[in-house]
Amino acid sequence: MSMNTPISKVRGLGSAKSGTDHWWIQKIAAVSLIPLTIWFVASIVQMTNADYFTVRAWLASPISATLMLLYIVIGLYHLRLGLQAVVEDYVVGGGMKVFLQFSILFGCTVIAVGSIFSVLKIAL
Amino acid sequence: MAEFRLPKNSTVKKGKYFKADDGATNVRKYNIYRWNEEDGENPRIDTYEVDMDKCGPMVLDGLIKIKNEIDPTLTFRRSCREGVCGSCAMNIAGTNTLACTKDNDEIKGDINIYPLPHMEVVKDLVTDLTHFYAQYSSIKPWMQTVSPTPSGAERLQSPEDRAKLDGLYECVLCASCSTSCPSYWWNSEKYLGPAVLLQAYRWLIDSRDEATGERLDDLEDPFRLYRCHTIMNCTNTCPKGLNPAKAIAEIKKMMVERQG
Repeated sequence: MSMNTPISKVRGLGSAKSGTDHWWIQKIAAVSLIPLTIWFVASIVQMTNADYFTVRAWLASPISATLMLLYIVIGLYHLRLGLQAVVEDYVVGGGMKVFLQFSILFGCTVIAVGSIFSVLKIAL
Repeated sequence: MAEFRLPKNSTVKKGKYFKADDGATNVRKYNIYRWNEEDGENPRIDTYEVDMDKCGPMVLDGLIKIKNEIDPTLTFRRSCREGVCGSCAMNIAGTNTLACTKDNDEIKGDINIYPLPHMEVVKDLVTDLTHFYAQYSSIKPWMQTVSPTPSGAERLQSPEDRAKLDGLYECVLCASCSTSCPSYWWNSEKYLGPAVLLQAYRWLIDSRDEATGERLDDLEDPFRLYRCHTIMNCTNTCPKGLNPAKAIAEIKKMMVERQG
């Protein structure tokens, strides 16, 4: 049983002096993803019956490659921020929390770097 | 992890049944959560038949009638009986509200009454609000100034600036909103919750207060402020018709604004 006073529990470790960037960047990313997702889905639908070389040529064009890289980077960053918030919401401290936060950041980074490399390999 | 299932000793059992007098024609059932630490039993739901012809219109009238005439062991907080003191906040018909301003006629079927959700119960409908009050005191809910007090005069405020406090000063700190918020359920040790954040905003936009920056510094935290994901339970449940979700959104806007 803790003998701390109620106010000492509330004051805890103090304010982290952060959180606004997380919130604001998540909003910016969310809004940016609306046109990018429309573009991505429309492009895929348009190429429903296209062959391999057509799709490769499409992705190799500078505009498609740029938009695809933006979609990947912003999407994964948004994913990372979102998953981080889910862990903060539901996982109470301890090793599990550290493990999940590490896995989310590392996992998203690995996927991002891999995807960027793939797009560049086709585009360049 | 957050706990989603009740521990064994918290499973709610069926309780006692109190029948109304034989002559009663207009009877309604009050199903009320009962728990007493001292008897070592699980919580239970007692059912009281209340003769509505001999009872006032509000849910609190029914509770007082039960305590006075049927079962004096029933425990709940109440004081002003007109929605000003905030003592009788409880979960009525699935919504947190004040028993004194909730009309029995607004409720269809039985009247189900539980303590405020996810709070430690002291007894029956009485919850422990110690932490909630400590959180309130942590935001320093008083005017902070650096300029000297004007001699022999008040600190002046224009009618427009005073109007900014409307919709905020009416909060009676009943805790209905905070205890309706899942973020507060899972993280109340660190998340301040809608009631306290609405109060924080009340001081942030008071034109006479001179500690706005320090107040924002204290709130700038992933948990204290940013556990709010704007699901609006607070605004839906507020028995005073206030909008804590909007107050929190305004704080977030101030945070962004001061970054440039």
